[in-house]
Amino acid sequence: MKHMLIMRTTAEALEASKEMDFEEIINAMGAYNESLIKAGVMAGGDGLAPEAGYLVTFSADEPPLVTDGPYGEVHELFNGFWILETATAEEAVEWAKRCPLGPGNTLEVRRITDESDFADFADNEYVQKEAGWREQLGTN
Amino acid sequence: MSLDVQRAVEAVWRIEGPRIVASLAKMTGDLGQAEDVAQEALAEALVSWPAHGVPVNTGAWLTATAKRRAIDAWRRRERLDERHRLLAHELAESGEDAWEPIDDDLLRLVFTACHPALSRESQVALTLRIVGGLTTTEIARMLLVPVATVQARITRAKKTLAAARVPFETPDPSEWRERLTGVLGVVYLIFTEGYAATTGARWMRPDLADEALRLGRVLSGLLPREPEPHALVALMEFQRSRFAAREDAAGDPVLLADQDRSRWDRAQIARGRAALRRADAAASGRARGSYALQAAIAEHHSVAAHIDDTDWEGIVVLYEALGRLTPSPVVELNRAVAVSMATGPATALRIVDEIASSGTLSGSPLLPGVRGELLARLGRRDEARAEFIRAAEGTANEAQRRVLEGKAAALG
Repeated sequence: MKHMLIMRTTAEALEASKEMDFEEIINAMGAYNESLIKAGVMAGGDGLAPEAGYLVTFSADEPPLVTDGPYGEVHELFNGFWILETATAEEAVEWAKRCPLGPGNTLEVRRITDESDFADFADNEYVQKEAGWREQLGTN
Repeated sequence: MSLDVQRAVEAVWRIEGPRIVASLAKMTGDLGQAEDVAQEALAEALVSWPAHGVPVNTGAWLTATAKRRAIDAWRRRERLDERHRLLAHELAESGEDAWEPIDDDLLRLVFTACHPALSRESQVALTLRIVGGLTTTEIARMLLVPVATVQARITRAKKTLAAARVPFETPDPSEWRERLTGVLGVVYLIFTEGYAATTGARWMRPDLADEALRLGRVLSGLLPREPEPHALVALMEFQRSRFAAREDAAGDPVLLADQDRSRWDRAQIARGRAALRRADAAASGRARGSYALQAAIAEHHSVAAHIDDTDWEGIVVLYEALGRLTPSPVVELNRAVAVSMATGPATALRIVDEIASSGTLSGSPLLPGVRGELLARLGRRDEARAEFIRAAEGTANEAQRRVLEGKAAALG
C-alpha cells in the first residue's frame, strides 16, 4: 500500500530553520531519503518552492476567485511530500517519525487510493479511463 | 495514538529489526542467538512501551535491551568461559550509543540467511524473518503454511547454522559469485511464489511479491556495483507491473496476449527500466547475466503497446543467449513460444517436441500447456484438447486449472 507523507511547516518554524546551517539540513534530509531508498520503500516525492503561489477559491455563484496565496489565509505551508510503499499504515507512520524535521513542522500520513477504492463504480467510463490516463502520465 | 501498540512495535521491528539482528550477530558471532535475544527485546517492548512510553530512539532501545538479554543468558551459564566473559564486558561497555546501522553487517545477515548449508525452505523463512523483518505469523500467511511450520523452519535453520559453524561473514572472493547467485535465487523464489502461486486458491499473492521486491531493492542498495541485483529488481518490477491485468474479475489468470495493457503500472515499468539501465551500467561492457537477460525480455513486453507490436525476434535472440548461459528446458519452452510468434507455430512445435522427447519436463503442466496452444493454432484440435486436459491434471493451482479446462472445453 502507498501512503503520502505531507510535510507542512509554519512561519515560525521556517524562520527558525533560517538560523540553521542549510547544508546540515540538506545532509540530514539526504540521509533520510537514502535510508528510505535502501529500505526499498521510497516510491517518490518532491519539495515545493517556498515562494507564495496563487490561491483559487470556488463558490456557489461566482466564478473561481484567484488571489495571491496561500500565505494570507493559511498559517501552515505545505512544502513537500513523499510517497512510501509499505506493508502497513503503521510502517509508514514509523518512517514519518524518523524524518529529521524541526519543531513546528508536521507530517500528515495519508493512504493513497487505488482501484479497489472505486470498485463500486467499476462500470463508470471515467473510472475505466483512469487506468489509461495513468498509463499516459506514468503516475500509477 | 490510535494505532495498535502491537502493530506499531511490529512496524518498528520491520524497519529496525534486520539492523538490530545484524549488529548483535556481528558482536556475538552467533546469528541464532542474536535473533533469539532480539525477539526477547521485542516482547519486552510490547510490555514496556505502552506503560512507559515509546523511547525516542527505538532502534537503540531494542538493541540495548537485546544486548542485556544476551549478557544475562551468558551469566546464567554455570561456567562463564573467557570468551563470553569478554563479550559480556564488551557488550556492557558498548552502551546505548553504539546504534549505528552498518550496511556491511546487513550484507553479512543476507549471506548468512541464504547460506548453502540451509535448505531452500529454511533460507526463505529465515530471509523473510531476519532480512525482511516479518513476524512468523505474517510469513505463515504469505507462504500459506501453519505458523508452527514457519517456526520449525526457522529453528531448524538456526540449529543448522550453529552445527555447521557458519561464520557471520560475507563470502570469500573465491565463492562470492556462487553465493550471490544463491541469495538472488532465494529472493526470486519468494517473488515467483507470489507471481504464480504453485499452491492455494489464488493465482497471485501480491504481498509476497512486494516483499521480494523490497528485499531485492535492499540488496541492490547494499551491492550497488553488482549488476545482477539491479537486474533482478528490474525483472520483478516488470512482472509486478502486470498484476492488475493478470487476473480477471473472477480471479482467473489472464494470459499476456489477452491482458489489458492500459492496466499495466507504467510507473513500475519506468522503475524497472531504470533498474535495468543501472544493471547494464554496473556490468560496464561485460555480458548480461541471466536476470538481466530475463529483465530485457520482460522489458520488450512492457514497452509493446499491443501483443502484435512485440519485438518477438529480439525476444528470441535474448532467449537464445539465456539458453546458452543457463540451459534449461523451461527457457527452451519459452524460446519456443517466442519462436511461434516470430516465425510460426510449426517451427515452435519442433522445439517443443524435442523438449518432450528429452523427458526433462514430464509431469509439469507447462509442456502440455504450450503444446496445446501450438496445436490449436495449427488447427489440430483433438490433439490440442488432449494436451490442455493433461496440463489441467498436472497443475496444483486451482485458478490455473480452470483456465486450462476452459481451453480444452472451447476446443469441444
